[in-house]
Parts: sequence; structure tokens; C-alpha cells
Amino acid sequence: MSDLTPHQGNADDHGKAPAKLGYSPVADIPHKPRATDTDPKAARRAERQVASMFLLSMLFVVLFVVAYVGIDKTTVVYIPVMGEVGASNVALGFTMGMAILLIGTAAIQWAKKLMPDVEVVQQRHDMVSPKKATLEAEANYERGKEESGFARFRLIRRTLIGAMVLFPIPLVVMLRDLWTPTKFTEGESPADLLSTTLWTDGMRIIADGTYQGEDNEVDSGGEIDGEPVPNKDSIAHRPIRPEDLPVGGLIAAIPLDLPEVEHIEHNLNARGKAAIILVRMEPDEIRSQQGDGWDVEGILAYSKICTHVGCPIALYEQRTHHLLCPCHQSTFDLADSGNVVFGPAARRMPQLPIGVDEEGYLVALSDFQEPVGPSFWERG
Amino acid sequence: MTTTSPVEKAGGATATYVDERVGSNKFLSRNLGKVFPDHWSFMLGEIALYSFIVVLLTGVFLTLWFKPSMAEVVYDGSYVPLKGVMMSEAYDSALNISFDVRGGLLLRQMHHWSALIFIAAMAVHMFRVFFTGAFRKPREFNWLIGVGLTTFGLLAGFSGYSLPDDLLSGTGLQIARGIVQAVPVVGTWAAFLLFDGEFPGTEFISRLYGVHILLIPGLILALVTIHLMLVWTQKHTQFPGPGRTNDNVVGYPLLPVYMAKAGGFFFIVFGIIALVGGLVTINPIWIFGPYMPDQVSAGSQPDWYIGFLDGALRVMPNWETIIPGVGWTISWNIFIPALVVPGIIFTVLGLYPFIEAWVTGDKREHNLLDRPRNAPTRTAFGMMAITFYVLLWVGGANDIIAVAFDLSINSIIWFLRFALIIVPPIVFVVTRRTCLSLQRRDREKLLHGYESGRILRLPHGEFIEVHQPLSEKDLAVITAKHDYVPLPAPDKADADGVRNKKYRAQMLRHRLSEFFYGVNVPKPSAAEIEAGQHHAAHDAELEAPLHEYEDDDQIRTFHGGVLHHPGMPETNAEQLEQEHRS
Ligand code: HEM
Ligand code: FES
Repeated sequence: MSDLTPHQGNADDHGKAPAKLGYSPVADIPHKPRATDTDPKAARRAERQVASMFLLSMLFVVLFVVAYVGIDKTTVVYIPVMGEVGASNVALGFTMGMAILLIGTAAIQWAKKLMPDVEVVQQRHDMVSPKKATLEAEANYERGKEESGFARFRLIRRTLIGAMVLFPIPLVVMLRDLWTPTKFTEGESPADLLSTTLWTDGMRIIADGTYQGEDNEVDSGGEIDGEPVPNKDSIAHRPIRPEDLPVGGLIAAIPLDLPEVEHIEHNLNARGKAAIILVRMEPDEIRSQQGDGWDVEGILAYSKICTHVGCPIALYEQRTHHLLCPCHQSTFDLADSGNVVFGPAARRMPQLPIGVDEEGYLVALSDFQEPVGPSFWERG
Repeated sequence: MTTTSPVEKAGGATATYVDERVGSNKFLSRNLGKVFPDHWSFMLGEIALYSFIVVLLTGVFLTLWFKPSMAEVVYDGSYVPLKGVMMSEAYDSALNISFDVRGGLLLRQMHHWSALIFIAAMAVHMFRVFFTGAFRKPREFNWLIGVGLTTFGLLAGFSGYSLPDDLLSGTGLQIARGIVQAVPVVGTWAAFLLFDGEFPGTEFISRLYGVHILLIPGLILALVTIHLMLVWTQKHTQFPGPGRTNDNVVGYPLLPVYMAKAGGFFFIVFGIIALVGGLVTINPIWIFGPYMPDQVSAGSQPDWYIGFLDGALRVMPNWETIIPGVGWTISWNIFIPALVVPGIIFTVLGLYPFIEAWVTGDKREHNLLDRPRNAPTRTAFGMMAITFYVLLWVGGANDIIAVAFDLSINSIIWFLRFALIIVPPIVFVVTRRTCLSLQRRDREKLLHGYESGRILRLPHGEFIEVHQPLSEKDLAVITAKHDYVPLPAPDKADADGVRNKKYRAQMLRHRLSEFFYGVNVPKPSAAEIEAGQHHAAHDAELEAPLHEYEDDDQIRTFHGGVLHHPGMPETNAEQLEQEHRS
């Protein structure tokens, strides 16, 4: 044993540490010797336990490599409680976890059973520096001040401060181009961009058939004729006739031009503003709407983007005509101008005026008359 | 020195080599034997540290495969349901990590789990520090650093959650953008600058990436380093106990016990995270699908640490003001819950040590921890804050609660709006009272010893409950309490009749100080304690002969009394008498 060890390895000495290390023994701390202190057999047993944990750890590393090489990444196994899981992931996580965990348990067992368990004492010292050091620091500061002439050269001092204040400005100025308008947004202010969408007079309304996750039951595809809109492909981008939408139905829809615009602009920005839902109710159920005759035979078009902080909305309760946002539960009454009936949203849901073109398809009559989506400073 | 193996010799040579160049032995000589106190609650900070290391490690692995790009690609990996779907490269590569890189899903899940554990451990560690008063002088800086770490932890988590560009992560970003946009005056521009234009744009994920893998981890790493250096130089606080004072540290030396325990614990945390990452699914992005700005999944929930913000957004009434004429919009409904409330929470949190020190006028160094009951006002304040936080959190889960308990969301929200104002003060009062009754119990123990629950009948028929003297440990713990007095009320004018200019500030401080220290059950005097323990020892002596029968199955404690076998002496006094006679 090296002489750094401040206290005894056996039990009856009660932590009398050599004073030269700055410890004092804690004579009054009750201490019971452990089995491993008194019984060499117990100590041997503990030693074997620790060593076998290290051994097992090595074994698990081998198993990890075997699992990595041997288990196909697509294999799925059924494990009670966990259900169907990827075999590779479970095997790799388990073997790696055990390999690491066992090192930890071994070390702790070693510390608890075989290393001294007698507490020792060390003195603390106040954090404050000794008076002498403080005086020296002060003297050095004074000397520096004197030698630099910082106090004397007023002009230098002031210009230095000025320069220090100004020099970060280029770094800040350069942040301006974090937003560089593209050729599609050239010359438009943020407020302009947030206030306009793709919708124009005569723009056809088409069903939105983009991908929906497995989980989204009542999502954008919604229902047509009581049938859920299938995922992807199938009816994607079909123009809609009033007859397509039964009373009580809901369709998620987009402007006819959107797919093309997305293709050209390579982003989803237009979709984030233009997405709408169409709902149909009996015309006499409509108590009010945002403009005269903005419906078609009881079909109303509303923005799909919540006016709170912008989640897309899709939970529609047919009976009450309430539209509920899944994010913070703002509730809008679509039979009453899309007004907020509950929740943190302050703005009604913007309505899109719609009509029917010569071929009998639903079209917009203009853009939204107020900005869609979350509020912003210039919105008014 | 005893036998030295070749390995040790080589080690010694290396140590000398290094020492000659950096003087490391000076440090080692002072520190290899450094004493660390032991308590289970001191492991909370360790968990935070170790899970952070796992986050770093797994994160570096993820960067090898993850592509932070919003460019559109068609998925062609081995997850069949998404084959042929258009998605961003970010989502595509996250799917690739999950399904086509062996061990990739494990790394993703370990990264996510360790992030969750990291933030949770920091929070609980902070509670420990708060309720034990470990933030007091000289450790205020470390408290501030801790508050900074918690804040950066939240940002790190949120930025990571947003990277894979699945439907949930995109929805979170949409909400974040809505919040930025709601900042008065600069919000719109700030949002455009951050996102390079409108939402979602094409740049944000790659921008966020730099923030997530470099900026925030770098800041956290720097703060963690300072945090630990301060713990090292200031030495760890300790709970009161035998032999422990404000001027010493009682515990185990760094080498070998602390090193083995702390090092072992690192492997335990690491190993558990690997097990959990392998066995428990977290953030199954493949189920949510790629992000589309017009799609959302019902019941979407953020990670737990964002829940309080989400709840604040939900609970807030829909107030908005439009300034007439100019048409500017102030969205109180958004920026109060999303920015002002967290701003206040974190500011008060950061300033708390300084506020308490000012109110109490306490300038001493504190190395011995408070038991929470002995600082009733602080404890009550902390419980009040936690209650507020938990209520917001409940708000964040209101839809889940509504479904689970068949309640209406409206009534939950209305309940919470009132509860947020009413319940925390109630919790304050109840906690303070509870602390006081615990103090009273401690006082009783000092005055009369433990109530053993055993009733003894004395020869003259009197029943007494046997009190036992406190153990040395309990005595040390309980008597470590300090009785503080509130700051005195200031005088309006001094003896010469000069007006006291600081009167108002001093009066406020005096009042707050009375509020803070005004409730206290004073510790008995040393003489009283001595007498009390002596008395208890006497009780115990009276009862002692009974314990000779302890192993005898005829004697049982029953409802706190002692049942006697017929023929046996009824009381210990009788027994003494009998023995005397025989
Ligand atoms: C500082 C603390 C950190 C926290 C709290 C944190 C948290 C997260 C979270 C919650 C995710 C989402 C994971 C998912 O479910 O997919 C994530 C993703 C990611 N993180 Fe971190 N992270 C941290 C540091 C780092 C570091 C240091 C790196 C790399 C040097 C990193 C690299 C990544 C990468 C590449 C992803 C995306 C991979 C994917 O989602 O598949 N993170 N992070
Ligand atoms: S985004 Fe719709 S309620 Fe918040």
C-alpha cells in the first residue's frame, strides 16, 4: 500500500488518519465493520463478484459484435410487453447496455465492499483571498493604471471606448442577409408576404392528397362521400364539384396552381398559407359568414392554418360546426363566420370567398380578405 | 513503497515526464486525497453530467449519417410504408439512421433518452440545491451557471427535436415561429431572418443544425466546466451530522473510494441509457410521417420539458390589442405565456440567492446544508414555484387528461386559469406550516428524547411513555439548526435627530426579513437539551430490565403497551424488587 492511503484497511482502527495529509479522524462517527473487513472469506467472495462482473461485461461486448454481424437489420421479433420490435436494435441495446452497466456495478461493488468505508475529515478554508494577496493585486492594478496612463489620457480613453462599442457592428449588420428575397419574393415586405396567398379570382380548388401519417385519423384528406381519402396518389389533386361534398363532410384542399408553384419554388411556403378546408352544412345552418354569398350551396371555405400560432387544423365536429385546433385547442365556429368560441386564439379563421366556374368546379373568388395564420405586428 | 509492477513504473515515469513540463504533481498532491461528502441527493448532479456526456457521444455518432437539409428527395429505404414518399433529406436521413444503419436506431434513441434524462436530472438537482440552501454564499455563481445550463438544456432539446423534420418536429417549429412572430415591433422581421423568409422555407434546419451540434453544446460544455471547477475549489457542501461542521468536509477521499463510486456510477448511467435506448421506443418519427405545413397529427405532444410552455399557451386567455390608427398588433395571448412567463420564471430563479441574501442580511459562508424544514419560507416558496410549474404542465396535457378522465377541455382550462393564481399560495401556507410542525417535533425530540411508543407503568400506578435519548447522529443533525432573527426595524432618525434617508428601503427589508424569518420554532438551549436527553436516558434506564426479556416470546409490544405473561413482574420496578429479594 502506498503511504497516500490516509486510513486503515482493517476495521478496528476507526479512521485514525495520518495528520500529515490534512485529515483528522472522525472518532465520533459511528462505524460498524463490514463482513468483508472481518471475514477474509467474505472479502474473497466480494473479490470474485467484482471480477465476474468485469468478465461478464467482456462477454456482452462479444455478444454485441455477434448481434451486429448476425442479426439482419429488418428482422422483427415479438417480445411480450414490448410488442413487435426490431431485433437488431433490442439485441444491440441490451448487449451494449449490459456491457457498460456491469463495469459500473463492478466498480461500485468494489468500492463498497473492499475499499475503506471510514469517513475522513478535511478542513475547509474561506474562499476570500488573504489580505496580503488583495493588497498586492490592488498595487498591481494601480501600477498598471499609472503606467498605461489610462486615467491621464482622456482622449485615448474615450476613443478606445468608442471603438470598442462600434467594432461589433459589422457582425450585426451582416445578419441582415439572413433573409435574402428570391425572385419570387423580390420587393415584397414580410407583412406583404404574410398577407397574400396563391388564391385568386377563378383559381380552382383541388383536393389535397399528400401523404398522411398512419396516426392522423381525421387529417387533411378528410372524407369524401363518407369515404376517407386514401393516402398519397389516388385522388390527389382532383378538382372538386359541389356534389362531391355531402352535408356534414369535410375536404382538405389547395389551389390548383400549388403543385406547380411548389415545383418551381422548391419550398412549401405557399402551401403553408394557402391550405384550406371545405365544409358543407345546410344553408340555413349558416348563421353568418365573413362576406355575403361567400358560400356555394352551404359549402364554406376556411383557412386551415390556426390564427393562434399556426398549427394546421383538422378536427371538425359536424354537429356543432366547431373546428378544433389540436395544438392548443382553440375552437372556431364555422357556422358563425369562423369566430373564436374558445381557446387562446384571438382571431377568427379567415374565410375564402368561393363560387363555381363554367364547368361546375369550385373556385376561389379572390384571395383571402385578411392575412391567414398567426398574428404579426403589422397585421392590424 | 512496496513492490512496484512494471506498469506502475511506467506510470510513475510518465507522471514525472508530465510533471516536469506542467507541474501536475502539485495539483495531484493536493487533490488525490480530496474529500467528497456522500449523500444520495449528491448523485443528481452526477446523473446530469453523465447523461450529458452520453448525449455528446451519441450526438457525434449521429452527425456521421444525419443530413441537415430540407431539399426534397423520394424515400427509398427499407421502411416500406413510406416508400416513394417525397420528404426532406433531413427526414430521409433520420429514417435511414433508424432503419438502415445497424445500431442507428439505438444511437438515436440513446441520444433522445439521454437528452430527456439530462434535463430531468438538472431540474431535480436544482430542486436539491434550492431546498437545502446550497446556493448560499459562496456558491451563488454556481447557481447562476445552473440556471444557464437548464435554459441551454431546454434549447438544446428543442433544437434537436426539430431536426429530423418529421410531422411533430415541424409542428413544433411552426409554433416556435408563431411565437417569434408575436413579439411586438420586431417579431415579423425576426421570424423572416431566422427562417430566411416564410415558413417553413428551406434553410431553417441547416441553420438549426449548427446551433444544435456546436453552439449550444459548446456553451453547455463551457458552463459545465466552470461549474465543476467551482465545486472543486469551493468543496462540496454536506448535510449536518456527527463531526461535520461548517469548516470541514467529512466523506471519502477522491482516491480510491470517490473515484470508484463516481466512475462506476458513470458507467451505470451510461449502461442504463443504452438499455433504455435499446428497449424503449422514443420519438418513432417513421409513424408521424414527413413534415407538411398543412398537416398535423391529433394529440401531438412536445418533449416533457417543453410541456410547461405549451400549457402556458393553452391556458392564456385570448387577449390581443390593436393600436388604433397605425394598426399594430400586440398579441398578449402569445408573447405573455411564451416569452414573459418563462422570462419571469428564469429571472426569479437566477436572482433568488441574491434576493434571499439581501432580505436576510446573511453574509456568512454556508457549507453545511439546511434541512428544508429549517428554512420554512424558502421551502414554501420553492414548493409554490413547483406547483405553478406543474399546473402549467398539466395544462400542456389538457387534451390527454380530458380524454383519460372524460372531462371537457374548457372546464380544465377554466379550472387551471383560477388554480394558477389560487393554488400556489395555498401550497405556500401549507408547506410553511408543515415545516413548522416538523420543527416542533424536532424540538420535542431534543427536550424529551424519542417517543419509543412503549408505555411503562410505574410502581405507584402511573403510566409513562418511555422516551429514549437521541442517537449521536440524530442529535447532531437536529441541533445543527440555526435560529435566525429578522433584521431589526430601522430608526426614522438617529440619536442626533438626523433623518435616516434609507428608511424606506430598510423598512421594506425589515418587513421582508420578518416575513422570511418570522416563523420559527426556536431550538432549546444547550442546558434544556442536556436535561431532556438526561431525562430520556433515565426513562430508558427504568425500562432497561424489561429488555432482558426482549427475546422471550412471552413479551410483546402491543398497541404501544407491554403485555406480561402471568406470574411475571408487572412492572420493571416490581422486577427490580423481585431481583433484589432473591
Ligand atoms: C447538449 C445537449 C443535447 C441535447 C439535449 C440534444 C437533444 C436532441 C434531441 C432530443 C434530438 C432528437 C432526436 C430524435 O429523436 O431524433 C436530437 C437530434 C440530434 N442531435 Fe442532439 N442533443 C444535444 C447535443 C448534441 C450534440 C453535441 C450533437 C453532435 C455533436 C448532436 C447531434 C444531433 C443530431 C445529428 C441529431 C439529429 C439526428 C436524428 O434526429 O436522427 N446533439 N438532439
Ligand atoms: S395553434 Fe391552434 S390553438 Fe395554438
